[in-house]
Amino acid sequence: MRAALVIAQMTLAEARRRRILAAALALGAAFVTLFAVGLHFIARDVRAHANPTQQGFAFAYVVLAALYAANFLIVMTSVLVTIDTLSGEIGSGVIETLCTKPVPRWSVALGKWLGCWTILALYAAVLCGGVLAVSRLEAGYTPPQPARGLALLLLEGTVLLTLALAGGTRLSTLANGLTVFGLYGLAFIGGWMEQIGTVTGNAAARYLGIGASLLVPSESLWQLAAYLMQPPLVRDAGMGPLSPHSVPSPAMVVWALGYVAATLALALASFRRRDL
Amino acid sequence: MPAPALEVNGLRKQYGRTTAVADLTLSVAQGEVFGFLGPNGAGKTTSMKMLLGLVLPTSGSGRLLGAPLGEAQARRRIGYLPEHFAFHEWLGGRELLRFHGRLLGLRSRALAGHVEELLRRVQLADAGERCLREYSKGMRQRIGLAQALLGEPALVFLDEPTSGLDPLGRLLVRDVIRELAARGTTVFLNSHLLSEVEVTCDRVAFVRDGRVVRELSLGAAERDLEVELRVDRVPPGLVAGLAAFARDVREDGACLRLRVEDETALPALSRWLVAQGVGLYHLAARRRSLEEIFLEVIS
Repeated sequence: MRAALVIAQMTLAEARRRRILAAALALGAAFVTLFAVGLHFIARDVRAHANPTQQGFAFAYVVLAALYAANFLIVMTSVLVTIDTLSGEIGSGVIETLCTKPVPRWSVALGKWLGCWTILALYAAVLCGGVLAVSRLEAGYTPPQPARGLALLLLEGTVLLTLALAGGTRLSTLANGLTVFGLYGLAFIGGWMEQIGTVTGNAAARYLGIGASLLVPSESLWQLAAYLMQPPLVRDAGMGPLSPHSVPSPAMVVWALGYVAATLALALASFRRRDL
Repeated sequence: MPAPALEVNGLRKQYGRTTAVADLTLSVAQGEVFGFLGPNGAGKTTSMKMLLGLVLPTSGSGRLLGAPLGEAQARRRIGYLPEHFAFHEWLGGRELLRFHGRLLGLRSRALAGHVEELLRRVQLADAGERCLREYSKGMRQRIGLAQALLGEPALVFLDEPTSGLDPLGRLLVRDVIRELAARGTTVFLNSHLLSEVEVTCDRVAFVRDGRVVRELSLGAAERDLEVELRVDRVPPGLVAGLAAFARDVREDGACLRLRVEDETALPALSRWLVAQGVGLYHLAARRRSLEEIFLEVIS
């Protein structure tokens, strides 16, 4: 475990030195700033022209839209930060002198995972924490169950991050990126099939979506987070893609946690067995 | 008799239908400087990677410093400089050594002094703070060498350590290898620079098609002398008669060439020639260079 922590520190130091962390945090701050300015003007108008119920709808919608964008950025960041961390070092040969040190191979991969996950958690905290803080300060609105909602967004990023690490043990950086984003695309379209199938009563489309969610439980975690982070009145109104009609069961969270654990175990085993 | 530093038996690596290493069997004694020679594509680097646990053998077994191949514990006492040393280019030289030292489990206070000592040894003390991406090719190779010496290993693998080095850099590597040998460290050296191997190694193995085809001690007593003779005539039976003193007797234009085990054979040889009534104009003996032996073995 000591070696894994050393590797995790190095991964963080690399993100800092190569300005990956600075770029992510600066653009995250820009995202929050833009949202703050926009919400400031929206809140001024809404307060002047709408009754309290309408204000609640408006703020819930705007904040959920910001969190939807943040969710997309978290997904992208989780994959981009991890995609090259193993495959790049395998390709360049950097990994050779690390793996001839007296450390188990799995600890190198685990250290990379820990380092990337810390970057992801920082990024998610800046983005989502910023959105929630701005919402509180500008509109006096805090969505319901923010901690559970943010934890689900982080879990969604963790699912994709772990897939990217597992892919990196065997695939080149480009092939790994295409594979992980392709899997995310399957989950995304599957999520839509499930929603449309629920609205239209089409069981086949619904089951197809559930199958895709089991294959990659990313989109379903967003849908559960979106469901939890909106007031019941707004949920019932059904605000397009932000208000899921088919709400994933809490068992999906257990599935996603198990999925992360199993994928990580697979990644460590795969890295341990591969030739360098 | 101490256990060998390295011992492998029937090590094989197969990639699909391609055999990278067919059957590697060798043993390296503790404290020995061992040269691992062969043409490109002979399986040297794959062999070295199997020894280091980077590549899993398809079959065969071996022990490194008494532990089975691939065991993490044995790697605590091993240093490795890959042929193309790659590293985190965003690190400084000093940081790189500290990072690798931490992976070796060295304590930070002892590590700091050890790193400074290694930077001085590879003549990079003044460049320790510079970013590695600013290092020249030779500096990269030297920082890689310092990395391989971290933790005072008992066995050091050097894959083409002089690649990219100028004559002064090569001299430094040669000195480091001599220091290691004097300290009792085993060195496993893979190099194409046979002149370097000749002056640093105690013993070499020639590898072809993933097999050791010949092993040779480089002590003077163990290498044949090549003898060149110039005589006024070659009567019938002379070549056959010389075979009693030497091996590989052959006519080469105006000369006769042959091999003897050592120079004590030369006086008797010259007396016999004179007794045959042959005029002897020239007799010269020299040790065969490693390059000549390499070409003979490999071709």
